[in-house]
Amino acid sequence: MSTQETVPADPPKRLFDGPSAAPGTLSALAATWQDPPGLMGKLSAINHKTISLRFMSTTFVFFVLGGLLALAMRTQLARPDSRLFSPDTYNQLFTMHGTTMMFLFAVPVMQAIATYLVPLMIGARSVAFPRMNAYAYWVFLFGGLLLFAAFAVGAGPNTGWFSYVPLANSDYSPGKGVDIWAQMITFTELAALVEAIVLITTIFKMRAPGMSLNRMPLFVWATLVTQFMVLFAMPSVMLGSTALILDRLVGTHFYNAARGGDVLLWQHLFWFFGHPEVYLIFIPPLGFISAIIPTFARRPVFGYPAMVLALFATAFLAFGLWVHHMYATSLPQLGKSFFTVASLMIAIPSAVQIFCWIATLWTGRLNMKTPLYFVLAFFMILVLGGLTGIMLGSVSLDLQVHDTYFVVAHLHYVLIGGAVFPLFGAFYYWFPKFTGRLLDETLGRWNFWLFFVGFNVAFFPMHVLGLHGMPRRVWTYPHGMGWDAMNMAATVGAWTIALGVLVFIVNVVKSRRTGACAGPDPWGAGTLEWSMPSPPPPHNFDAMPVVHGRDPLWEPAGQPAWVGGLAADSREVLVTTVLDAQPDLRSLFPSPSIWPFVSAVMTAILFIASIFTPWAVTWGSLPVALAMIAWFWPSRRETARSAQLEQYP
Amino acid sequence: MLTSAGGLHDVLAPAGIQASRILDLWHLTLLVCAFVFAAVLIALFVAMTRAPRADGKAAPDLSSLVVRESTPGRAVIIATVASVLGLLGLVLADVLTDRALSRLPVADAVHVEMIGHQWWWETRYRDDDGNPGFVSANELHVPVGRPIIVSLKSADVIHTFWVPNLHGKKDMIPGRDAAIEFRADRAGEYRGQCAEFCGAEHALMAFSVVAQPPAQYEAWAAHQRAPAAEPTDVTVRRGQQLFMTSTCAQCHTVRGTQAAGSIGPDLTHLASRPTLAAGTVLNTPDNLAAWITDPKQLKPATTMPSNRLDPADLKALMAYLDTLK
Repeated sequence: MSTQETVPADPPKRLFDGPSAAPGTLSALAATWQDPPGLMGKLSAINHKTISLRFMSTTFVFFVLGGLLALAMRTQLARPDSRLFSPDTYNQLFTMHGTTMMFLFAVPVMQAIATYLVPLMIGARSVAFPRMNAYAYWVFLFGGLLLFAAFAVGAGPNTGWFSYVPLANSDYSPGKGVDIWAQMITFTELAALVEAIVLITTIFKMRAPGMSLNRMPLFVWATLVTQFMVLFAMPSVMLGSTALILDRLVGTHFYNAARGGDVLLWQHLFWFFGHPEVYLIFIPPLGFISAIIPTFARRPVFGYPAMVLALFATAFLAFGLWVHHMYATSLPQLGKSFFTVASLMIAIPSAVQIFCWIATLWTGRLNMKTPLYFVLAFFMILVLGGLTGIMLGSVSLDLQVHDTYFVVAHLHYVLIGGAVFPLFGAFYYWFPKFTGRLLDETLGRWNFWLFFVGFNVAFFPMHVLGLHGMPRRVWTYPHGMGWDAMNMAATVGAWTIALGVLVFIVNVVKSRRTGACAGPDPWGAGTLEWSMPSPPPPHNFDAMPVVHGRDPLWEPAGQPAWVGGLAADSREVLVTTVLDAQPDLRSLFPSPSIWPFVSAVMTAILFIASIFTPWAVTWGSLPVALAMIAWFWPSRRETARSAQLEQYP
Repeated sequence: MLTSAGGLHDVLAPAGIQASRILDLWHLTLLVCAFVFAAVLIALFVAMTRAPRADGKAAPDLSSLVVRESTPGRAVIIATVASVLGLLGLVLADVLTDRALSRLPVADAVHVEMIGHQWWWETRYRDDDGNPGFVSANELHVPVGRPIIVSLKSADVIHTFWVPNLHGKKDMIPGRDAAIEFRADRAGEYRGQCAEFCGAEHALMAFSVVAQPPAQYEAWAAHQRAPAAEPTDVTVRRGQQLFMTSTCAQCHTVRGTQAAGSIGPDLTHLASRPTLAAGTVLNTPDNLAAWITDPKQLKPATTMPSNRLDPADLKALMAYLDTLK
């Protein structure tokens, strides 16, 4: 059967986009890129904005759950010798808190936001591989649900988010907790790797014509650099956790010192991922800040090339300092010095960025709004966290403060100050784009001050606690150590943070209904995502913009301003070249499909069943293969349409 | 009730050369970092106060696209160079400190082996000048002014040896040899605590280091080498019999008797130790009785079983344990 039989050679009705397009083009475009209605439609959705909003909401739910776990821990530690929770429960709490915040919140939320913003910032109608993007979300969701389902029935992991062997071996951790933890890693890392491929391809091949690499918004640069780091870092922990689960389930000896394995192998594999992971969490927020500061200082960012190079330097150095988590493990002296130097030198690119931002603020005119408040708090908190990081990079100092509350303070200063504060700023900044309404400024200030004050009250005393010798990961501590008052302060601070987050939730719920209407560009920003209505139509851009500078909405319009001619009744996109973003080819994107969801369900069955029987790896891969065959089965209609567009563009 | 037991526990109050070298480095680093922190905040503050205000409708200032901004450019370069120099200084200070730490003279060192268990510490003193070695638990006695080399081993999972007043940490990793060298320069009692998460009772795994003048240390060591005293009193003898016939002897050793269990701590000189249950509580008769009858009350996940004894038996057992000085 040839295509000519089913499709007329030259169809009479064709709609192509562009500002001067025929009437009805815009509604046709919207209809083309919209997700189908109904429950099936929801499960089949592939529009990057739909998936991203789900992804962001899911990670935010995990953030709140992780925060509640932290509140429980802080309540236990408010007073010495507290017996609110048993040691085992407490150990589950801190394991779940760390695991949730790292694997289910901090890394994925950055990818989630990027899948929303990157296409809008680079002038694209979709992410690359939209079905794979949906698949990644479902896999992530099932991994997170698995972990919390286990915790809810009392079988959560209790060996820490780092799960050091031999404590995590079946001898010392019987039960399924650690297996579930290890499989949760497989789920989330699979999702993260898939998202990395989606984002890298989107950024390299789908930029609007004229957006050469040196015109990309810094947030897009930050995302690009981060996703390459994901590609190099995540396989290490997947390999590590797979070897762990093999040790536990089928009796291999990767980590069994008595049988020729090596306990330290786990630590190397884990931290080769674990340290870059900090930068996976920290680099995208650098992009948020580089988006927020220019908008609220009313000028382009100072030192764009230095900023881009700093991102690269950070990413490279991030892979050279994992051993500073292992200084106490008897490493050779020379090796330690190398890692000390690397740990200290990574401060330089961050310092360069901070200096450039201060220069931007110094020479700008400031629009003091909530997003900028969060960014200013970032400066104070992150700089302090970075300086304590320098202390931890030093071998001798680290030997004293390693595994104490000093490290707890440091890591929260870096991760909350470096990622969560900018993330809240970013949310206040882009919420109007997501929903069409502005978040309330007054509630925003309450949110900010509660969070800021609570944060410092909670975490600053922990530096001192660590110097006074309080180790981490303790379910209780004795009277009379001089730790009582500071622990109480930390608990009060933690509850204050919770109050701040509550105000944020109230603000979101209230503003979604009654917030001020935003319009396309409420902040007067310069990047492309502000050129379309808020929230954006399903197809993002009515016509593909042509970019002539780094801040297209600020700079005088160049000619041509747009390119048209993409089919409005098909998911046709413009693919451009990697370096200069010159139009390269027109590609027909896939339509919504239930199969990514089904594939994710089958993948989940495979992963979860393999916790109980190794044979699941064999029989479980069959349904996965079938679902994926169905997913990739060519649609006759789409093939014909593609051939037709090729013949009659 | 848990009360702090086992002595001083503070990074900021060193009692030995190693810890004070680290503290010196800490002070230097703190000074440099505080200066940097203040400089960044002041720069930010000045930027915030001097920059005029505008709203989102104000036209963006695009002059930087055409005019080279040499003043802020110079400032950024100077600040970056200063940061690099500061960091290099810190690297140098760190390497020098690390070098000094690794060159502690250990000519006439006392050799001790410490083995981490879930969740207590076994201390094995080696032969010293022809004197035989001996075993203790949850305490380490050291002579003031003489270097100590502690070989670190683990019986199960990873633990970390840490006495903040004397030195930094060193991991006890199954299958890997490690050692830590330090010197106590001031007499006193210093608390150590496991610093690597090692399972349910990681929080309650402490020990004490007793730094004594050399003569007192030698006397203590001589006493520890001796086996337990033979009971003379009737009640004590009954207590000993209880110990040997009940579950106690299956896990614990009392040198000089047939009790030779190796699962729990050696109890030959239990009564001379400052703490019980790995630094969980002070070694008082009440705490000991509570620990024996219901250890999970003090340390919920301990592997020590409960012992329901009638009061007379408990009294006899306590009397016996009190003779293990």
